[in-house]
Amino acid sequence: MVCATPWIRGWAMNSDSILSIRDLQVSFKTFDGDVRAVNGFNLDIGASETVGLVGESGCGKSVTAKAILGLLPKKAAMVDGQILFRNQELLQLPEKEMLRIRGNDISMIFQEPMTSLNPVMKIGDQIAEALVLHQDLSWTQARKKAIEMLDRVHIPSPEVRVGNYPHSLSGGMRQRAMIAMALSCQPALLLADEPTTALDVTIQAQIMELMLQLQTKLNTAILLITHDLGLIAESAERVLVMYAGRVVEEAMVADLFHDPLHPYTKGLLGSVPVLGAKFKSGSKSLDEIPGVVPSLFNLPDGCAFHPRCPKAMDICRKEMPPQTLFEPDRKVSCWLTTEKGVDHDAA
Amino acid sequence: MASQNTELLPAAEAVGSSQWQRGVAKLLRNRAAVVGGIIIVIFLLSALFAPILYPGNPNAPNLIHSLERPSASHLLGTDQLGRDILGRILYGGRVSLTIALGSVAMGMIFGIPLGLVSGYFGGKTDFLVQRLTDIMLSFPPFILALALVAVLGVGLKNTLISVGIAGIPHTIRITRGCVLSIREQVYVEAARAVGTRDSVILVRHILPNVMVPIIVNSTLFLGMAILFAAGLGFLGVGIQPPTPEWGTMLGSGRSYLFAAPHVATFPGIAIFLVVLGFNLLGDGLRDALDPRMGYE
Repeated sequence: MVCATPWIRGWAMNSDSILSIRDLQVSFKTFDGDVRAVNGFNLDIGASETVGLVGESGCGKSVTAKAILGLLPKKAAMVDGQILFRNQELLQLPEKEMLRIRGNDISMIFQEPMTSLNPVMKIGDQIAEALVLHQDLSWTQARKKAIEMLDRVHIPSPEVRVGNYPHSLSGGMRQRAMIAMALSCQPALLLADEPTTALDVTIQAQIMELMLQLQTKLNTAILLITHDLGLIAESAERVLVMYAGRVVEEAMVADLFHDPLHPYTKGLLGSVPVLGAKFKSGSKSLDEIPGVVPSLFNLPDGCAFHPRCPKAMDICRKEMPPQTLFEPDRKVSCWLTTEKGVDHDAA
Repeated sequence: MASQNTELLPAAEAVGSSQWQRGVAKLLRNRAAVVGGIIIVIFLLSALFAPILYPGNPNAPNLIHSLERPSASHLLGTDQLGRDILGRILYGGRVSLTIALGSVAMGMIFGIPLGLVSGYFGGKTDFLVQRLTDIMLSFPPFILALALVAVLGVGLKNTLISVGIAGIPHTIRITRGCVLSIREQVYVEAARAVGTRDSVILVRHILPNVMVPIIVNSTLFLGMAILFAAGLGFLGVGIQPPTPEWGTMLGSGRSYLFAAPHVATFPGIAIFLVVLGFNLLGDGLRDALDPRMGYE
């Protein structure tokens, strides 16, 4: 049943949010027709809030982040809907204005620290570039600030590292440098696209801790994109679960982990190995979600998850489930929850 | 790692050095490339100091001594007009190397920007540039240079321009190809994500990453350019006598191949050595700078 955890941040607090996304649609033109990568995505992030975005590969997480920054190729991607950042409609903004927002107000950390730094540019110059662009600093001043930033992300002897090329830094150090780069202009929003996926576990913890530390210092909101539920549990306050381009469940982190409502969320949580835990009744293997993620070219009718859902009903195969609103910050798109009859809100 | 050493070094050289520094170190270990480099340096120096090495006028005929075999007074013998062949080779090096460097520079000045823009922006620009390149590539480069000389006329400047134009399409293609792969790299996207303009991304982020293959290709083209210039000279449409040019010398020595083979042989050897030198150096550069050739 729905857990009665008291909620602190209300769903209705849109006025406080620095980023509001309404009905975001992203589709790509391909030779085999249009592919809808993101379908009806809604999101609100408050200042200095951490929101997690979870889902399998190819469910539209990264595309959403790139759509926010306007980084999708204009010729191939069609982006629709509304992205409000500090009351500015980003999708309508001319490219010139977007250049000022990118890196300054909204910045991004990428998944692969090994490839997200330019191999022929010194670390310091790469960090300084954003500062020169947005803060009206000279290159000399910006390099000084870069040393400061490297120090902030705990890179040892930053005055030496600032002149290094990326190849002489380890993966963890490069990701720190990326964080320094992304946070150098103190952005209001940081899009962290799987920031720790390519790192080993001990480094992951350090990087996350660092990001959260800097978040409190700089008052940055974070959209944390990942497929690592453990990461979400530790760092995010609210979480959105995405499946095949749609948000299937949205909840405060504690609620989601205590009482997942959508079968997909349940499946995700069930497939996370827990050290020392016993498997369900005699089973010797980890639970898994049967089947594979459907191709975006050929989404099933009704709920996209129904072919893999253990509780699929007739209606699931025919109609898309409406979004059901529970407590102010809890939403689920599943026919099961409507049948339960809790606060049915036919969207 | 090398943390003790880093304290002693200035920041820029600490721990890792740039791709170029490591490339040079690797190049110096490659014996063939070093030999090529030495050949090139010798020819460059001899061309540069030709007036000192051969104080006389290389064009002044001295018919009494025509077609003499190599001797102490004329180390490589004399040609049909009694001119010292060594002196003419030294001065000819100036002409040949000027054409080589000039035409390669021309190829780079026009080819790199066109390739960058074409590869990065794609679409109609790319289509236009690439179809023009296709047209130019449909001629074998030497035939293209020959046709251009026929239009422009003979002489040093026109030979340089013709050979240079013949080299442009290859530079465009190579640059564009590299840009196509570099543009998809995450660090280019990361640069866009911090708000860098396209023009700055092209110059600061993409250009340095595509320079290696362009430089390697250009080194190899230096040899080709000398060969082209010599070929044009040999056919009588390049540099005109009495200006000493290796191809022209080879062409005029052809008539005396049986009576005085050294007249054609020594300019031929000069061409062979310089082209060999550039090729060895170019191959070495590719091995040293191309990450796929087991570097790092």
